[in-house]
Amino acid sequence: MHELSIVMSIIRIAETESAKNNAIKVEEIELEIGDLSGIEITAFDFAWQQAVRSTLLEHSKRKINHIPGEGQCMDCAAVFPMQQLYEPCPVCGEHFVSVQKGKELRVKSLVVN
Amino acid sequence: MCATCGCDANASSSIRQIGETHPHPHDHDHTHDHSHSKTIIEVEKDVLYENNLLAQRNRGYFEARNVLALNLVSSPGSGKTSLLERTLTDLKDHFTCYVIEGDQQTSRDADRIHATGTRVAQINTGKGCHLDAHMILHAVQGMKPAENSILFIENVGNLVCPAMFDLGEKERVVIISVTEGDDKPIKYPDMFHTSTLCIINKIDLLPYVPFSMDKVKEYARQVNPGLSFLEVSCTSGEGLSAWYQWLKEKVQEPEHV
Repeated sequence: MHELSIVMSIIRIAETESAKNNAIKVEEIELEIGDLSGIEITAFDFAWQQAVRSTLLEHSKRKINHIPGEGQCMDCAAVFPMQQLYEPCPVCGEHFVSVQKGKELRVKSLVVN
Repeated sequence: MCATCGCDANASSSIRQIGETHPHPHDHDHTHDHSHSKTIIEVEKDVLYENNLLAQRNRGYFEARNVLALNLVSSPGSGKTSLLERTLTDLKDHFTCYVIEGDQQTSRDADRIHATGTRVAQINTGKGCHLDAHMILHAVQGMKPAENSILFIENVGNLVCPAMFDLGEKERVVIISVTEGDDKPIKYPDMFHTSTLCIINKIDLLPYVPFSMDKVKEYARQVNPGLSFLEVSCTSGEGLSAWYQWLKEKVQEPEHV
């Protein structure tokens, strides 16, 4: 259940950034979560509902941009979509794969007033 | 400016205004413009940046003092503490060692380590399922490890959550025992993906369990082709000399510049 720690970190970032801009309310928060980032969305939702209570994010609209996994083969340089970390290169079958996309876990933006 | 690393904490954010601004005339002879609109803050910040910043701070401290910091991760019951007990006893005369124990509750593991005569700190995470860089920072502050020493950080027994949290370690060592399934590396890929060494423990029990050494390595290499393996038994002592040799080489390895 590391998702709770992740949500707490998001709340801290939102509070810090809002304070810097003298904002009293976060209307919207936009997140980027890669499919290979290790976040289980159901657990994340559960943690979110509990953790945002009485914070600036309690009534915020949450937008999540899911980023699909993408790997590049270190042997043949093919670029391909990745659903799992252990997938081989579909072109040459090798496992020397570098994850190019899908590990993201970022707070992209806030809409405040 | 950030007090931890001297970075400009404001640099990652930029502010974009939406909507019109309009002047408000009032009863003196100039006007003040202000906006009634919403503000978009382009945060663009990694959710774990705070942890990662503290992890790099720990890493710098360890590098400067040549402390070999190892993050030991595994599922509960794979034998992390037993491996440490044996290692600390066998290497007592060769290295100065320190241990940070992470558990949800109790100091039972730390008591076992303390009995070997090693300096140990226990972190109880309470409801937390992993150690983070902040906990390590404070444990190390109290410990002040000597130069050219080894710091073993025994993470909470959990193959999922600790994978996401960099502690500032030099190497992440994942431990699996032969009484677990040999398909664990693909069931819990993140941990095997982020580790550099895999210790396969309890090999004295191999004759009694349906565990294939070839299969576990094949699965683990699918997740992480660069992973190295050591096969050991803390009970019989088999394979431990290779582990001690690995530690020795890592302590003496010059830093990459």
